[in-house]
Amino acid sequence: MAARRTRIPATKYPVERFTLDNGLRVVLTPDRSAPVIGVAVVYDVGIRSEPEGRTGFAHLFEHLMFQGSENLEKLAHFRHVQGAGGTFNGSTHLDYTDYFETLPSNALERALFLEADRMRGPKLTEENLRNQVDVVKEEIRVNVLNRPYGGFPWLKLPPVMFDTFPNAHDGYGSFDDLESATVSDAADFFRRYYACGNAVLAVSGDVDVAEATTLIERHFGDVPARPAPARPDFTEPDLTGERRTSYTDPLAPLPAVAGAWRVPDPVTDFAGYLPYVVLAEVLTDGDASRLVERLVQRDRTVTGLGGYLGFMGDPFDVRDPTALLLQAHLPPGGDVDKVLRTMDEELDRLATDGLTEGELARTQARMATHLLRDTDAVLGRALRMAVLEQQRGEPGLLNDLPRLVGEVTDEQVRAAAATLRPERRASVEVVPGGAR
Amino acid sequence: MSTTVQAGPRTLPPLGPTRKLKVPKQAERTLANGLTVIVVRRPAVPLVELRLWMPFGKANLARGAVLAQSLLSGTPTMSAVQIAAELQKVGGGLSAGLDPDRLMLSGAGLVTGLDRMLEILAEVLTGATYPEQEVSTERDRLVDRIQVAQSQPAHLARTALLKRIYGRHPYAVQTPEPDQVRAVRAPALRKLHAERVHPTDAVLVLVGDVQPERALDAAEAALAGWTGPGHATELPPAPPLESGPLLLVDRPGSVQSSLRMALPAVPRTHPDHAALQLANLVFGGYFSSRWVENIREDKGYTYGPHSSVEHSVAGSVLVAAAEVATEVTGPALLETTYELGRLASLPPKPDELEQARQYALGTLQLGMSTQAGLASLTSAYAGNGLRLDFLAEHAARLAKATVDDVAEAGARYLAPAKAVTVVLGDAERIGGPLAALTPVDRVAAGS
Repeated sequence: MAARRTRIPATKYPVERFTLDNGLRVVLTPDRSAPVIGVAVVYDVGIRSEPEGRTGFAHLFEHLMFQGSENLEKLAHFRHVQGAGGTFNGSTHLDYTDYFETLPSNALERALFLEADRMRGPKLTEENLRNQVDVVKEEIRVNVLNRPYGGFPWLKLPPVMFDTFPNAHDGYGSFDDLESATVSDAADFFRRYYACGNAVLAVSGDVDVAEATTLIERHFGDVPARPAPARPDFTEPDLTGERRTSYTDPLAPLPAVAGAWRVPDPVTDFAGYLPYVVLAEVLTDGDASRLVERLVQRDRTVTGLGGYLGFMGDPFDVRDPTALLLQAHLPPGGDVDKVLRTMDEELDRLATDGLTEGELARTQARMATHLLRDTDAVLGRALRMAVLEQQRGEPGLLNDLPRLVGEVTDEQVRAAAATLRPERRASVEVVPGGAR
Repeated sequence: MSTTVQAGPRTLPPLGPTRKLKVPKQAERTLANGLTVIVVRRPAVPLVELRLWMPFGKANLARGAVLAQSLLSGTPTMSAVQIAAELQKVGGGLSAGLDPDRLMLSGAGLVTGLDRMLEILAEVLTGATYPEQEVSTERDRLVDRIQVAQSQPAHLARTALLKRIYGRHPYAVQTPEPDQVRAVRAPALRKLHAERVHPTDAVLVLVGDVQPERALDAAEAALAGWTGPGHATELPPAPPLESGPLLLVDRPGSVQSSLRMALPAVPRTHPDHAALQLANLVFGGYFSSRWVENIREDKGYTYGPHSSVEHSVAGSVLVAAAEVATEVTGPALLETTYELGRLASLPPKPDELEQARQYALGTLQLGMSTQAGLASLTSAYAGNGLRLDFLAEHAARLAKATVDDVAEAGARYLAPAKAVTVVLGDAERIGGPLAALTPVDRVAAGS
C-alpha cells in the first residue's frame, strides 16, 4: 500500500426514522447550516412495473401527479411551490418514482401539505390526461427522436440484454401505448401502487425534528392506510452467450457502442456489488483511468468514454437485475469491433495483473469527492435517503458510502473485472446515418 | 401520536416567517502578480470548490478551444495521465472551459488536498507544454464533438440566433468550424498561452470547508510564481438588437421546431435589472409563468419552454426557447407573441408579481446553499466585477419592485416588436404557418 494514502472523510448527517400508523415510512435528516429544506416522496413503482401494452405509463402517470389533487386545482402545485421560493420536479426510474421540492425552510408545512394532498389522490381527468400525453410526446421528441444518440444506451440496451417485458421494454413508451392510456388505467395504477404503505417521505435540511414530526403527523396521518402491493419477481438469468445488435441512427454523425454485463444484486449482495461500482471508475474516471488512457489517449480509437452502474446511471437506487455499462463514442469510420476487443483485452489485463501501485486508492479518493458533492444539496440528501430507506431500510448508508467504497480491495476489483467476459456481454452499436 | 381528522376541503398552510438573506462572508486578497483570490467558508462537506476565471475575450476561437481542451495535457514534470492521477490522489479534478469572455478552470476535491490541487494548478498555468501528440488527440476529439453538436437542433438554433443577434461582434460565433480546429498546431497554443493565460484580472474562487486566511495564504504560496503582463482585451459593447423578419432555418425532416426569441436586457447592476428579472419570470422564466402554463399546461405544444436573462461581459440578452411539435409551430409562435405582447401592454396582476418575487428571492437562498452553487455564483459575479454582497442589494431591489416597475420593464424589454426570432425546423411544413404571422427569411441549416 502506498505510504501517502489520502484519508477518506465521512459525513455525519443525523437520521431519524419512523413509520406512521397508516404505514408511511418517514426519514428526517436535519441540517441547520442553511435556511433551506428538501422534501422527497418516493413510491415503490417504476418502469419495470408498468403493464404490457402500456409502455411509458409509469412516467406518464408521474406527470399526472402534478395535475391537481384532492384540494388543489390544476397548476396549483407548481404555483404554491414556486410562490414559496422553491423548485420542484419528479422523475421515473426503473424501480421507483420520486416527487420532490426544495424550498426555503419557512415553507416546510406547505410542502408537506402538497405532497399529502396528492398522496390522498390526484385529480385524474380526461382533459389533463390528453394534455400530458401531448407534453410527454414532446419530451420524447426532445430527448429521443429529434436528436442524435437519443435514448442511447439507456433505452437501446435493455432489449438486447433482457428477455422479459418488465426489464426489456422502452420506459419512455411508444406513442401508440401513450395515446391508448385511459383515465381508468391511471386510477387503477394509483390504487395499486400509490399506497402510503408503498411510499417513503424524506425531509432534509433546516428543520426541527420534533416540529417536523408533528407536521408530518398532521398532514399525512389521515392518508388512508393501504398496503404495498407484492413486488413481482423481475429476476432473469444471466446471459450464456454474447448478444450483439446494431441500429442506424439517422441523425448521428459518428459511430458509438455500449456494452453491458450483469452484476451482483445491489441490495441482497451489496458487498459483492460494490467492487463493480469501483471498477467502473477505475476503468473510466478521468484521463488517468484504464480505458481512457488506452482507448482515447494511446490508441485514439475512441473520443469519449463512460462507465457506470445501472441503465440510468443509478448505482445506489436500483434493484436486481442491473448491469455495469461501458459506452464509447468513436471517430469517423471507427471500428466498433476493435474497440470492444480492446476493452476485453484491458479487462483481461486488469484481471490478470491487478491494479498498479496507488491506482485503487486514488480512484477511491475521487469517488469520495463525487459522493460527498452529491449529498451537499439538501434535496440530493432527501432523495437518496428516501430511496435507501425504501429499497434497503437503511437511509444512513448515505453517510457510509465513501468509507465502504474506500474499503473495496484490489483483489475484489480484479475479481469483478474477471467476470466481464465477452460471452456475458450484451452490446449495441450505433451506425451513423447522419449527413456529413 | 394523535391523528387529526379534517372534514371538508383543506386549506393551504401559510408560510412561516421569512428568514433574512444571510450573505456569506468572503475573504479576499489581490496578489502581487495581479491575481485576485476570493475565499468563502462553507464547511457543509469536507470538500473545496475551485473556479479560476481568466479574461479571454477576443482570443482566436479555434485556438482558444483547443487550448482549453489541451491545457491539462502536460507540464515539464507531468504527462496528461500523471496530472489526472496526481489530482485524483487528493480526490481532485480540474477541467477547462471557454466562452467568449473567459477561460475557466474549475474543479473540486477533498479539502485536505487543497494545497496539492493549487500546486498542480500552478504548474499547469506556468508550464503547460502542449505536447504534439496530446494536442493532436484533443484536436481530433474536439472536431468530433463539434460535428456531433452540429447534428443537435438546440446547438444549430443557438448558433443561428447568436449570428443573427451579434452580427460582427465577437459573440456572434462561439463554436469554431471543424476545419479551423484541424488547422491548430501546438506552437500556436504555446504562443496563445504565453500571451493570454495570465494572472492580471484573473479571479480565483475557493469555496468549502476551508479556513479563509489559511486558504488565501495557500493560494498565494502556490500561485505567486504565476506571472505575466496583463493583456487589455476590452470587448466592444454588444450591439443593440435589430428586429427584422423571422429567420427560418431549414432542417428537413425535423419532428420538432426549435423556437428562439432574443429580447433586449440589461446587466445585473442596471437599475431596471430586478424589475426585468421579475417581468421575465412572469412571462416565461419559471414553470408557473404565463408562457409555460399556456403552451405546455394548456395546449401541450411543448415540454420545457424557458426564458432567461443571459449576462455576458459585453452585454445582456433575454432568450426565450422552446422545442415545439412541427405541426403546431405557427400556433406556438402566435401564443408566444401574445404572451410577450400582453406583458408589454398590460401590468401583471399583483399576485403574479408576488409569486415571481418569492421565487426570485427563494432561489437566491437555494443557490447559495451548496458549495458548488456558491462557488459558481461568486465566480460569475467576480468575473463581472461584483462581490457576493451584491446579492443583498439585488434582493432588496427584488423586494421593492412594484407592479408599475415590472409593467414598465415589460413594455421596455419584452415587447414582441423588439424580438429577434429564429426558428429551426422543417421549412417545408412550417414555412407557410409562420409566414401567416410574420415576415420570414429562409436559410439552410448550418449556413
